[in-house]
Amino acid sequence: MEKLSLRELSEGLKARKFSSVELTQFFLDRLEKYNLSINAFISIDKDKSLAMASRSDAIIKDGKQDYLTGIPIAQKDIFCAEGWKTTCGSKMLDNFISPYDATVIRKFNEISAVNLGKTNMDEFAMGSSNETSYYGNVKNPWNIKNVPGGSSGGSAAAVAAMLAPAATATDTGGSIRQPASLCGLTGLKPTYGLVSRYGMIAFASSLDQAGPMCHSAEDCAAMLNVMSGHDSKDSTSIEREKENYLNGIKDPIKGLKIGIPKEFFSEGLDPNVEKIIEQGINEYKKLGAEIVDISLPNNHLSIPVYYVIAPAEASSNLSRYDGVRYGYRTKEYDDLMDMYCKTREEGFGDEVKRRIMIGTYVLSAGYYDAYYLKAQKIRRLISEDFSKAFKKCDVILGPSAPSVAFPIGDKKEDPLKMYMQDVYTISTNLAGLPGLSMPAGLINNLPVGMQLIGNYFSEAKLLNIANVFQMNTDWHRLSPKGFE
Amino acid sequence: MEWDIVIGIETHVQLKTNSKIFSGASASFGGEPNAHACLVSLAYPGVLPVLNEEAVNCAIRFGLAVDAKIAKKSIFARKNYFYPDLPKGYQISQFELPIVGEGSLSISMGDDNKIVRILRAHLEEDAGKSVHGVEEGKSGIDLNRAGTPLLEIVTEPDMSSAEEAVSYAKKLHELVQWIGICDGNMQEGNFRCDVNVSVKKKGDKQLGTRREIKNLNSFKFIKQAVDYEVNWQIERLEDGGAIKQSTILFDPDSGETREMRSKEEANDYRYFPDPDLLPLEISQEKINVIKAEMYELPNEMKARLIKEFDLSSYDADGITSNIAVANYFEDLLTFNVSAKLASNWILTNLFSRLNELSIDIENCPLKASKLAQLILRIEDKTISNNAAKKVFDEIWNQEKSVDDVIEKLGLKQISNVNEIENILNQVLQDNEAMVEEYKSGKDKAFNALIGQVMKASKGKANPGQVSQLLKEKLKN
Repeated sequence: MEKLSLRELSEGLKARKFSSVELTQFFLDRLEKYNLSINAFISIDKDKSLAMASRSDAIIKDGKQDYLTGIPIAQKDIFCAEGWKTTCGSKMLDNFISPYDATVIRKFNEISAVNLGKTNMDEFAMGSSNETSYYGNVKNPWNIKNVPGGSSGGSAAAVAAMLAPAATATDTGGSIRQPASLCGLTGLKPTYGLVSRYGMIAFASSLDQAGPMCHSAEDCAAMLNVMSGHDSKDSTSIEREKENYLNGIKDPIKGLKIGIPKEFFSEGLDPNVEKIIEQGINEYKKLGAEIVDISLPNNHLSIPVYYVIAPAEASSNLSRYDGVRYGYRTKEYDDLMDMYCKTREEGFGDEVKRRIMIGTYVLSAGYYDAYYLKAQKIRRLISEDFSKAFKKCDVILGPSAPSVAFPIGDKKEDPLKMYMQDVYTISTNLAGLPGLSMPAGLINNLPVGMQLIGNYFSEAKLLNIANVFQMNTDWHRLSPKGFE
Repeated sequence: MEWDIVIGIETHVQLKTNSKIFSGASASFGGEPNAHACLVSLAYPGVLPVLNEEAVNCAIRFGLAVDAKIAKKSIFARKNYFYPDLPKGYQISQFELPIVGEGSLSISMGDDNKIVRILRAHLEEDAGKSVHGVEEGKSGIDLNRAGTPLLEIVTEPDMSSAEEAVSYAKKLHELVQWIGICDGNMQEGNFRCDVNVSVKKKGDKQLGTRREIKNLNSFKFIKQAVDYEVNWQIERLEDGGAIKQSTILFDPDSGETREMRSKEEANDYRYFPDPDLLPLEISQEKINVIKAEMYELPNEMKARLIKEFDLSSYDADGITSNIAVANYFEDLLTFNVSAKLASNWILTNLFSRLNELSIDIENCPLKASKLAQLILRIEDKTISNNAAKKVFDEIWNQEKSVDDVIEKLGLKQISNVNEIENILNQVLQDNEAMVEEYKSGKDKAFNALIGQVMKASKGKANPGQVSQLLKEKLKN
């Protein structure tokens, strides 16, 4: 049952092969059995999940079943869910029970999907290895000595170890695609504005975007059908007609123009990863795609630009965690300033504090123009690179991450090395474009992700292109050993 | 030494909207602490701001009223600082591109008009407030006010005396109520001024260093604070001292200003565009719609009153001094009374009575419809102006009808020529001495004779007619 796709689970529920309660109990049992070894979840609440499942069963009985009704979904702990502890991976919010639902959570509730639990993540989504979580690092199910990637490492590990059929995640600089790559999953970061950010705890508001993390492109399409859509509570959410991402997902891709950016195949890329991406390209050639060379000349600036803009926004977004109204407050303090300082000193981890410091610095009087404003200008250049590229091709293909999953602790002490993990993913966030990562091979039994980047609102196309690859290959069907 | 005084004012006007500027919470004043604090007001994790369109409309109305340019595109920025009454750790305001650009406001100084240039006006959210002394050693936070919409209106340093500063503040206060964007309640803090004061040697081009007096919420305080501050600065400079740029507070009890923080201690607010809010784009169509819906502005109405009804500039100022007065006046006119009489009655009898009782015209017990009846009786010569004052006293706060009072008090004017002529003849007969005086050139005697006629008629004779008849008689 743990290997069934969302479609198969949906059909199983409809045919009454199993109930939602049975299905939820099945995954809760797996959680009990395996979560300790990979630490993918921060909060599990069996009673709540089972209550939701039994409500789902009633709805299925009434014949009002939606595609995901009754299916347990793991939710990244960045999404506020009413009555659930919502920590964002931080000590700062360890005691925070959300009084409200994020729009994404509300949408899953409305079709009566089951909340299976809240997944572990890098603290405030800042990290590429899930080592910055207050709740301990998540382990990669393919090799528990390795990291799962981050920041959505809990969601990635949970789905990879088949502890959940699918999960939500968020991506600010690669936090869906890089862990999907490192855990052998299909993950989609949609166009900025496609999925509401309301109730999704902000890291860098102009870059944050939620998306699904699943075993296949088809599952991602089903998840995105629920998650996407305009939300009047998010001013950056975009008003456009809702699509059904399952429509046309099997369409042939003959004649598709795939652009290969030379900058994605230069220094820093593991040659073994490169080989696997080349195999992927060849597979697409066989499927009738045309390969064109393109260039993204400013891609090398994306990391420096990102590490100005994201910390700038984060430094401001995280100001609300001051110990005054909710969350952590230091035990003893002399006065207001002392309370602020100790609360934030004790409540935030090192990486979060590092980024608050950087962000505060780049926004300071006298540095603003040289850093923040300059970064915004380069951000526009990076976007322009993409719009030029999309005149030559329909979709861009490259690696999702420069390497496979690395050992826990390997890069923890070297932030710059860690930041390089997102070298192929960050530019799409800066441009607001959709990007997808899907498994394309293994190196020493560790998955390699291949990335597709599309033009704005081309999610249906990306899912179609990925699905056609998956109809013809089996990489997405592989699962790590030890979780059967 | 002689000094020039230079004053610029930043006014925080709380906009009259139902809900807060970035959330659906009620923007009404007061209530139990935190009764109007929704998740956005409390800055819960994950919540996002959504701009209240009504606040934007208010800003546009103001821009149009001061003849300013409305920005087609303006940007909301975050002003970052830590304070317990600022839940997000930043205030959403407008920094580089405000919604309202340069405009102007004309103020009257005696017989002269002076133009005060408006530099800009921008939208922002208010903070909450700290409540001290609720519990021993602890402070409470009330976020009811957090997120209420403000329009901050900034002038150029165009005022040169405390009187001008007060005159500007009053004019602005009237205007924002006139255009319906603020209820003007200064006690509740809905209209607060930060006044920037500097002095320079008379004629100097270079401005002096300014100090900013924060949060003045009465016209009296503006006057006192500026006067005190100007003297303080002049004395200091004349003593050879220097002025340090700083923010100061006015203490109404002592009547003095004192320093709150100097420029060196000022925060670095780290302004940057708020990524949660898209640039605010305003179409010309929208501006046109709002313009079409707006009332006539005070200066437009003033010009019309002068042109159409031949009111004096002074009277027209009085009628257009605030929207409630103007409305009362317009209400009177709907009963076809003469505009001049209507204006006179409002500016003299009605105003002095309201002043005596310290009530606003909005709460005037005498409705315009009734006062109009009284004015009509003057116009149709049923009663004299003097008699009307007696009626006014009777109908002020009572249910009586104008005609009943006139009847009861026997104030009906005698306008019958024969009747007046009879009385007049009798008076002339009884006062031959006066007649002689008049004829020998003493004009005063004429008025004395009229007085006698009025007395004989018990005040009921129509004075105009008496005067006319008397003139004719004395010619013979």
